[in-house]
Amino acid sequence: MTSVREWIDSGRHAVAERWHNAPRWMRWAVIAAVIVFFYALPNREFYQWLGPIPTTGSNFGQVLFTVSIYVLLAVGLNIVVGFAGLLDLGYFGFFAVGAYTVAVLTSPSSDLKTLWPWLLALPVALVLTMVSGVMLGTPTLRLRGDYLAIVTLGFAEMIRVAATASDFLKGQRGFNQIPHPPGSYSDGKPIFGVLDPRPYYWLVLTLIILVVIGVRNLNRSRVGRAWISIREDEDAAQLMGVPTFKFKLWAFASGAFIGGLAGALFAGKQNFVSSQNLELLNSIIILAAVILGGSGNIVGAIVGGGLVAYLIERFRGIEFFGVELYEYRFMFFGLVLVVMMIFRPQGLIPNRRRAAEFKDRRKEVIVGG
Amino acid sequence: MTTLLEIEDVSLLYGRIKALHGISLTVNEGEIVALIGANGAGKSTTMRAISGIRPVASGRIRFNGEDITKLRADLRVRRGLCQAPEGRGIFPGMTVLENLDMGAYTRRDRAEVGKDLAKVLDLFPRLAERRKQVGGTLSGGEQQMLAVGRALMSRPKLLLLDEPSMGLAPMLIQQIFSIITEINEQGTTILLVEQNAQQALARAHRAYVLETGRIVKEGTGSELLHDPAVKEAYLGVA
Repeated sequence: MTSVREWIDSGRHAVAERWHNAPRWMRWAVIAAVIVFFYALPNREFYQWLGPIPTTGSNFGQVLFTVSIYVLLAVGLNIVVGFAGLLDLGYFGFFAVGAYTVAVLTSPSSDLKTLWPWLLALPVALVLTMVSGVMLGTPTLRLRGDYLAIVTLGFAEMIRVAATASDFLKGQRGFNQIPHPPGSYSDGKPIFGVLDPRPYYWLVLTLIILVVIGVRNLNRSRVGRAWISIREDEDAAQLMGVPTFKFKLWAFASGAFIGGLAGALFAGKQNFVSSQNLELLNSIIILAAVILGGSGNIVGAIVGGGLVAYLIERFRGIEFFGVELYEYRFMFFGLVLVVMMIFRPQGLIPNRRRAAEFKDRRKEVIVGG
Repeated sequence: MTTLLEIEDVSLLYGRIKALHGISLTVNEGEIVALIGANGAGKSTTMRAISGIRPVASGRIRFNGEDITKLRADLRVRRGLCQAPEGRGIFPGMTVLENLDMGAYTRRDRAEVGKDLAKVLDLFPRLAERRKQVGGTLSGGEQQMLAVGRALMSRPKLLLLDEPSMGLAPMLIQQIFSIITEINEQGTTILLVEQNAQQALARAHRAYVLETGRIVKEGTGSELLHDPAVKEAYLGVA
């Protein structure tokens, strides 16, 4: 087992080294090729050559949209969990705030009857999710570790229960006829519609690229250094003059913003939002994706989010000795996580610092024991 | 001599347990003041109260003429009060240089920060050798030096040192105390918490003895070094 690990590790190091030593233009060329690949991916003319990669049980463009939403969520949660080191078990709650804000403002089934266009509701949804992030963070970010995890878990559940039980939020009946984002082709047909999921996927993909650029810059600024210091040693960060509470709140609000964005996009795409969209499991899946990919690493979060969401969909329609694998998807998922925790707790594509922190903590345990 | 730090009748609670029972002490500009005492006497707790990591239950803390009792910890750093935390209080995933850079987090004068970095690396040649190494992989002594160097990077008026000699080999203890004296001679006031009373008292201008959350004795370093009761309790000689 160790030899396999060493083999994988040495391979990974060789790839990493090559990447870092490669000239700038070559790195940009690789990134450009990856981006072009993902833009081309939902076209049948392209993906029919990709063998077993396209899903068999459901429309591939549709699956790609779902995957892209999970990637966006993983990138957002990575700010909270990966950068600032705050364990948030209720991240999906922000997705719900975003989706429901759009639904309430735009849907004809809403009591408000405002019937706003999607684009007008979007900024309101983003502001409201950020406000909800600050509201949740202000009392809870004074807590640490396990306490924070429990309170955030409670937050997501509160939103789910509120959505299920309140008349205003329509429970399981939900909101229908939520409008699509604006835009039409030259022949007058709308770009975003029910039939073709591809424009939505391209929209989310574009937003992911923009969000990643923004998050990367943020992470390399004073804000990012403050987050890292809080994650590594909160007391020491405070002793160095970092206003820790303020920056934790910042991480929470930025994460919430991205979660709300994903929710608003989802509401537009589905035309429909109901309390059945709000399972607790979703929060866990996104967290697992971030940890699987490599907490604290943006590329890791993207890979983790993509892989987890894709695999879940890939299981659909595959039968194995008469049982559909999709039914057992979470069992596989749990298994993969347990294996990861044993052999690679820092994730598939770890952050250099995080790896050092893991080692450091292990040392501490030995010293303490 | 002007008073830089003045603590008046400070009490502090951990839950229901009273850790400090009305402590008063002063630190004058230019001094090295030592706070000695056994394990659990409240030395580190006193430090936490001064740096603002733990809120005090009652009493007052004045720094540089300003009441900072209720001031947030990060704002105290901006006022010129910086603590090197005890033991492993460095950032394990950051390199030596990144750690030192975090020490200057509150400062905007990049040119001066560069000068101070050169000074710190001069003071601790070991850190200069390991500048690209990740903090968590340093030895205990190197981590201790890094913690002190990092605190210096904030260019503090008052440097708080929490057990700088903890877990170090005797040779290194000598070395770190010489550096502390050197830092002080360059103009930084120092408040030092130590279990190694011998070294601390020999280097300090004044000192306080802390027992179960109360100050039981104070005097100049050499007075306490020759005090029979202190000798018996903390220096291991009858």
